[in-house]
Amino acid sequence: MRCPRLALGLGFCLLVVVALCCLWVYVENWLPVSYVPYYLPCPEIFNMKLQYKGEKPFQPVTPSQYPQPKLLEQKPTEFLTLTPWLAPIVSEGTFDPELLHRIYQPLNLTVGVTVFAVGKYTQFVQHFLESAEQFFMQGFRVHYYVFTNDPTAVPRVRLGSGRLVSIIPVLRHARWEEISTHRMQSISQHIAERAHREVDYLFCLNVDMVFRNPWGPETLGDLVAAIHPGYFAVPRQQFPYERRPLSTAFVADGEGDFYYGGEVFGGRVAKVYEFTRGCHMGILADKANGIMAAWQEESHLNRRFISHKPSKVLSPEYLWDDRKPQPPSLKLIRFSTLDKDTDWLRS
Amino acid sequence: MDPREFWRKSAKVWLCLILLCAVLLGFYSQVTHRVVLQQMQLEKKESSEGDCHLDTCRIPEVPRLVYPKAQLLKPTRVDVLVMTPWFAPIIWDGTFDSAILDAQFRNITVGLTVFAIKKYVVFLKLFLETAEKHFMVGHKVNYYVFTDQPAAVPQIPLQEGRQVVVLEVRSYKHWQDISMHRMEMISNFSQQRFLREVHYLVCLDVDMKFSDHVGVEILAPLFGTLHPGFYAGDRQSFTYERRPLSQAYIPRDEGDFYYAGGFFGGSVPEVYRLTVACHQAMMADQANGIEAVWHDESHLNRYLLYHKPSKVLSPEYLWDEQMLQRPPLLRKLRYVAVPKNHAEIRNR
Repeated sequence: MRCPRLALGLGFCLLVVVALCCLWVYVENWLPVSYVPYYLPCPEIFNMKLQYKGEKPFQPVTPSQYPQPKLLEQKPTEFLTLTPWLAPIVSEGTFDPELLHRIYQPLNLTVGVTVFAVGKYTQFVQHFLESAEQFFMQGFRVHYYVFTNDPTAVPRVRLGSGRLVSIIPVLRHARWEEISTHRMQSISQHIAERAHREVDYLFCLNVDMVFRNPWGPETLGDLVAAIHPGYFAVPRQQFPYERRPLSTAFVADGEGDFYYGGEVFGGRVAKVYEFTRGCHMGILADKANGIMAAWQEESHLNRRFISHKPSKVLSPEYLWDDRKPQPPSLKLIRFSTLDKDTDWLRS
Repeated sequence: MDPREFWRKSAKVWLCLILLCAVLLGFYSQVTHRVVLQQMQLEKKESSEGDCHLDTCRIPEVPRLVYPKAQLLKPTRVDVLVMTPWFAPIIWDGTFDSAILDAQFRNITVGLTVFAIKKYVVFLKLFLETAEKHFMVGHKVNYYVFTDQPAAVPQIPLQEGRQVVVLEVRSYKHWQDISMHRMEMISNFSQQRFLREVHYLVCLDVDMKFSDHVGVEILAPLFGTLHPGFYAGDRQSFTYERRPLSQAYIPRDEGDFYYAGGFFGGSVPEVYRLTVACHQAMMADQANGIEAVWHDESHLNRYLLYHKPSKVLSPEYLWDEQMLQRPPLLRKLRYVAVPKNHAEIRNR
């Protein structure tokens, strides 16, 4: 009498176990993987899947007249034009703007720009956007993403056709270092949620800067970094890398190519996502170990650019500090910092 | 019938049925899981393949390396142009660091296509032996030897990770036809097998030998090589096809460089597109009763003018010591012509 009941009970348990296994397998397939370390609460990063946009093949360039490249010209180029890993270093004279425009225009690209205007930094937005309207990616579709804690403080600026602004609300943190280190997280989240559908290329710029000369498709690349204006003539031992081995941004003495500025980086949207996520993971790990890198996210950016070398490097023309005197080797300043009282801004 | 009796009897049947369904469901989900995974991998591979803009496609991770730092204010070569106006590097000795590039290009397989038809099989031995010493050393290489005489392909001792694949093809009566049909054969095989077997394709002439390092610095989505006879010339002097009737026509005021037909390549999808376009253009010319002045080389030049290569190789990568005096700007000669009697080797 008891045996069939036992059998029934066992059978039922087996059934439940098998059903649960199948369900788990299905759910595991469907839920995307999250990369966040278990000891830090970042619930919003779960359930984020990034779809890569289909890549376009080489488009033919329309026939046109332009001067023939001179292979043997003894032109004294002041700057190195190619990194040792064959990435172009962009400076005035190394490219033909007409030709590049003709190559990139038919691709119908949209270029995104992220800027963070948190706290008192909202005062820079107007000047930034106005100068961008004049010089940044003329003739292309542009989408500005302004991350701010106070949307009402962001002024309305008149934009050309095919260009728009989106305001992204973010939290304001107590310390300015916190705001700075959260940029990587905000950018990668924003790409996963929105930007990957809206733009092809993305540049992450500082808002307290202004465009002074054309910034065009010569800057487009898979992963683009800009050389810091303060360190381009200096040996690598003097670069302000993070030198404490405990930090994930640690760079040893014999390592390093260039010191890149944290104010400008960008590239194809998928590559920028991987880059910012990688930096963010490093920042989180440091936070867990109770250390903050010497130059916050710029240190992490520099660490990552050593192991994931940029495919294009922008000369200091694309990231200049107006307080420095302009050397003769720099023919054209395109994007520079504004002289400002940083102590007051950060309070 | 007693309801409990009935229940007890049918319960067994129901239980068996439910267990069977559960097992089937388990199998089904496992199978679809695997299929979905495979599909995702294929999609990932397709979207990360060579389709892209002029920039190099990859941001591979490099391990910690020790190498000298580049100086921003000290250009490596001041005697030559090292970058085209569309940001394609021109590869000269001194412009690149092999340590970094080898680390960036780990785990790739390079396909080398070479055509040894009729009498040209005599060049294979020296070609393959020198390739073993200088071509992509340390990386996986597949030599694809297209020949009409498979038995004549010599057995060469090969390094690890390298293999010779002999592909039997038909021969043509005239050497110009053999040269031109290379495009068709490469395009056919690209689709059939190269896409699955290699990441990059390098299409070379066989009557040459390697004399110095030819490595991953040449690899790009699409690359061409500067012809040694025209690197210093004006575009008007380039031997482009100048008759408008031909598909390879280039007007006198256009042209960047004169590229050599004996050394070109790129990622498999891009080489496929190039070879298909050239082959179709040659077929159109044939239908119109015209043949381009330098055959497949003319069509290659037309293609590379309107589909700008992402890297350009300097004449170090293709030189003929018999025909040209070596200038000081050529610090190395990497791939050079083997002396031959043109008349004898080309006909019959």
